[in-house]
Amino acid sequence: MSDKVVRRRRAVLAVLVLFSLFLLTAYFGESSGGSLHSVQRGAMEVFAPIQEGANRALKPFRDLFGWFGDTLDAKDEKERLEAERNALRRQVVDVTLENRQLRQIEGLQEQNTERGLDGYDPVQARVIARSPSSWFQSFQINKGTSDGVRVDQPVVNDAGLVGKVKEVSDGNAVIMLLTDPEFGVSAQALESGEPGSVGPAVGDAGDLRFELVPNAKEVRRGERIVTAGTSTSAEVSELSSLYPRGILIGTVSRIETGEGELDRVIHVEPVADLRSLDLVEVLTQPDANVRAQAP
Amino acid sequence: MTVTPKAAGRLALLGLLGGIFQLTTVSQVAIFGVPADLSPLLVASVGFLTGSISGAIFGFSLGLFVDTVLMQTLGVNSLVLTAVGYGAGRVRELRDPAHTLAPVIVGAAATAAATVGFSLLQFLLGVDAPVSFSLLRAILMTVVLNTLLALPVYAVCRRVLLPYLPDDPRRRRRRAYTTGGLSPLSRA
Repeated sequence: MSDKVVRRRRAVLAVLVLFSLFLLTAYFGESSGGSLHSVQRGAMEVFAPIQEGANRALKPFRDLFGWFGDTLDAKDEKERLEAERNALRRQVVDVTLENRQLRQIEGLQEQNTERGLDGYDPVQARVIARSPSSWFQSFQINKGTSDGVRVDQPVVNDAGLVGKVKEVSDGNAVIMLLTDPEFGVSAQALESGEPGSVGPAVGDAGDLRFELVPNAKEVRRGERIVTAGTSTSAEVSELSSLYPRGILIGTVSRIETGEGELDRVIHVEPVADLRSLDLVEVLTQPDANVRAQAP
Repeated sequence: MTVTPKAAGRLALLGLLGGIFQLTTVSQVAIFGVPADLSPLLVASVGFLTGSISGAIFGFSLGLFVDTVLMQTLGVNSLVLTAVGYGAGRVRELRDPAHTLAPVIVGAAATAAATVGFSLLQFLLGVDAPVSFSLLRAILMTVVLNTLLALPVYAVCRRVLLPYLPDDPRRRRRRAYTTGGLSPLSRA
């Protein structure tokens, strides 16, 4: 390659670069009414109709390319919105759980205040595990002896009686539900005042029976059953019970009549939803000289 | 390539139509969030096909046209595209690549050089814009998009300039093995 060609090439490049720099400098140095700006405006005026025509003529191409672009963007947008939706769903679940927990805490506090359970030194606990078997009506909580929890202490939730402490370790405790076959509590029909004993219905895990009632015919369907606070079911005596008086157990759901009065079977539906327990309270001073007030 | 008046006319028409197509259509379609930039591809293709001098002149002219029509700072695009056209021409003159995908690599490199060079010039001119992730992403996406378009743009340029071009690089390469000849652009 001859020197002449190289020199020519370099000269062209130098001229173009210098001219570009000159344009840059001059353009920056002049005001908006300067000659270069005027040339630009003039060129823009000349090319504007061409651009407008081309803009219209090429609109189908633009739309076609735009469709591809929009489709790609739509896919991105879809993925983004799906991620956002999933995040919001998780948020809703969290908020719902939080709301449910807060309502339970509020219910427990309200119950403590209104029914006088404060005196029993209630300890709030969270259900951390429960038996999947219907034969073992129990669950585990995250409070134990270090929190003052002892065996046989009553357990309530914001609705009413749940059960009692069956086993306890330093930091955990196992709660026996009132539907457990081994459970029993002296009770009283709230409206009629009839005493009796509430225990599980054999063969029906979610059902309770109000038994040993002296005048069973006095008990009506829908009547509320509360703890009697006494140790015998024959009559409401002054002997203390494991359970404070007046804790709601359930409502009479149906009454089966037999041939005689003794054949009458009173079914009680627990007020506490035993299948979805989350927060409960252990009454750690059940023998305190305080009585729960009947609801 | 010897630029005859007819060839110059075709180059001017190519630049004008390419520039208008860029401004009226391509710039208004965003794919991956950014529009493609045909200017560096056109300039690189012309430089790659015709050589460094015509590539540089074509780049300067197209840059001036874009700056003028868009009322941008005159000289910025001219300077950047002059360098791109010259560089693409020198690649052809020095290496004479015959591989089918050579225009793709040249197009990608030209786009990268143009976008980075344009950004640097804007910073030097005092445009107040931080070097953000979105800017780097836009540059990267433009390079990717232009890489995809490099071959079609090169094919169009080659088609337009075909009567004025020397032999096909692959045929020339085969001949170079026997004659030891350099690129006709270099001999010109």
